[in-house]
Amino acid sequence: MLDWIHLTVPPAPAMFAQLLVGLINGAFYAMLSLGLAVIFGLLNIINFAHGAQYMLGAFCAWFLLNALGLGYWPALILAPIIVGAVGMAIERLLLRHIYGLDHLYGLLLTFGLALIIEGVFRQQFGSSGQPYAIPPELQGGRNLGFMFLPNYRAWVIVASAAVCLATWFTIERTRLGAYLRAATENPVLVQAFGINVPRMITLTYGAGVALAALAGVMAAPIYQVSPLMGSNIIITVFAVVVIGGMGSILGAIVGGFALGLVEGLTKVFYPEASSTVIFVVMALVLLVKPAGFFGRAR
Amino acid sequence: MAEIGRWNRILAAVLIGLALVAPFMLYPVFVMEALCFALFACAFNLLIGYVGLLSFGHAAFFGSAAYITAHTVKVWGLPPELGILAGAAAATFLGAGIGWLAIRRQGIYFAMITLALAQMVYFVALQARFTGGEDGIQAVPRGKLIGVVDLGDTLTMYYFVLAVFLIGFAVIVRTVHSPFGQVIKAIRENEPRAVSLGYDADRYKLLAFILSAGLSGLAGSLKSLVFQLASLTDVQWTMSGEVVLMTLVGGLGTILGPVVGAFFLTAMQHYLAQLGSWVTVVQGIIFVFCVLVFRRGIVGVIASYAADRLNPPAISPEAPAVTDKPAEAGTATAPGAP
Repeated sequence: MLDWIHLTVPPAPAMFAQLLVGLINGAFYAMLSLGLAVIFGLLNIINFAHGAQYMLGAFCAWFLLNALGLGYWPALILAPIIVGAVGMAIERLLLRHIYGLDHLYGLLLTFGLALIIEGVFRQQFGSSGQPYAIPPELQGGRNLGFMFLPNYRAWVIVASAAVCLATWFTIERTRLGAYLRAATENPVLVQAFGINVPRMITLTYGAGVALAALAGVMAAPIYQVSPLMGSNIIITVFAVVVIGGMGSILGAIVGGFALGLVEGLTKVFYPEASSTVIFVVMALVLLVKPAGFFGRAR
Repeated sequence: MAEIGRWNRILAAVLIGLALVAPFMLYPVFVMEALCFALFACAFNLLIGYVGLLSFGHAAFFGSAAYITAHTVKVWGLPPELGILAGAAAATFLGAGIGWLAIRRQGIYFAMITLALAQMVYFVALQARFTGGEDGIQAVPRGKLIGVVDLGDTLTMYYFVLAVFLIGFAVIVRTVHSPFGQVIKAIRENEPRAVSLGYDADRYKLLAFILSAGLSGLAGSLKSLVFQLASLTDVQWTMSGEVVLMTLVGGLGTILGPVVGAFFLTAMQHYLAQLGSWVTVVQGIIFVFCVLVFRRGIVGVIASYAADRLNPPAISPEAPAVTDKPAEAGTATAPGAP
């Protein structure tokens, strides 16, 4: 009856390889949905330009290499700073004017920004990708006995997990994070205590955008640097955010990695569904727990 | 009020007259394309403008209907009218499913969920065998209407498209001014109050969503016959974005706004076609411009000006209800009422 599904158990190395790919994808989902969650928490804006800013990060690294000869490690620091600064300019010049309006306008405005950024890059570079080499320190890989683990991919997983945990720690466990959470609850009161909330909003947006750019730099050697890389991933990240629950930092991190793994597993057992499985999970979560796994109903 | 009603009738007569002679003055295929998108945008506006729900996934209905119509007409050999009905019916069912899931959340979540579910439809269209993958379904025959009228002739096709558009448009106008339309507007303005008055808000939202999806499907089906093509462009998220932009430019929550917006953007695409990806950039700039300074849209601005001229009293009932207020978390409203 169900022979069209072809449920066959693949050899173990192939399975671990797909799980690794899933974990890598999950690392990027986690970093991107984390940035979205941080921005949404304070600005109440769904940053549709997040995918475009992720792409900007990758292109920034590419430019640094090809125009200035700066390699991967400087780019890892510089690209997030540059793209984050662009983000802060966007917040100051554009987003600031729509805070009083319905949240939907934030989505529409950032969607327009995403179209502009992507259109410019597509005009310059077409739809094809530019290669970006893995830094020499991280080339090669090691044999773990059950699978081959490329060094760069191991680095991406470790580094993104570290970045996610550091962000979580900053928001949940430090004084700065306490201000941030307080401003999310009641900006007027926090401002009355003498904290410069507008500046905090600018910096928060910059930080969220920088996270996207950092993910972009880390993605550059794995996927190619392409103008379309952002729009391909952002919609999936939206689904991750709906599943994890928007209000939650932890939900973004756990949801990102978990759904990457789910996607990898699907690729092993039923590859035809691998591109849709996250959306199916989202539909199921909506049925069972509409607020998302870690979210509060609102 | 009565005077406004008379002006509206004159306006309608002028517009229909223009539509009748349009194919002799403009490139007919362009007008047909614009009419398809106008119907699509009107159907979309039913949701954003009158229920206050921003769907970012309407391409799913437009595109799936285009595929179903193209497939049934080309492979099954159905006559065009049945092919269109099949496409619209498929979009209606899809709308029932997606709407049933999406109305569980509101505001931006609703937008993200519809976008994600539409992306799922896109991937299905990419992989399913009958859609032809990257090629789409090409060379769809227009066929003979009721077995008699040959739609291969451009002018005949034009009047068929115009007729279908007017029927769809009439359905939307009738819905907006019906008791049902009053209830969905009440839900947009204040959902808890509508619920406290005994209206089952979710049922009304779902019905409006299904109606909007079905009419979007009608537009998509029509488009696949006009261009004799159903392709991935029709189901992609960029199409969802375009219909949002058309409605925004024309005026959210106005009857004629989406039509004006659709003609404006279709014309822009024709003139800028040779500029490649700059079209996307220009669209993005229009998006940003509209959101920052032109939220009422073309028709919204004209309507409020006309209402001020016709109704000098300070309190003008026809002026758009200004909802540029900070919204409570989760309750999404769209600005502008006709």
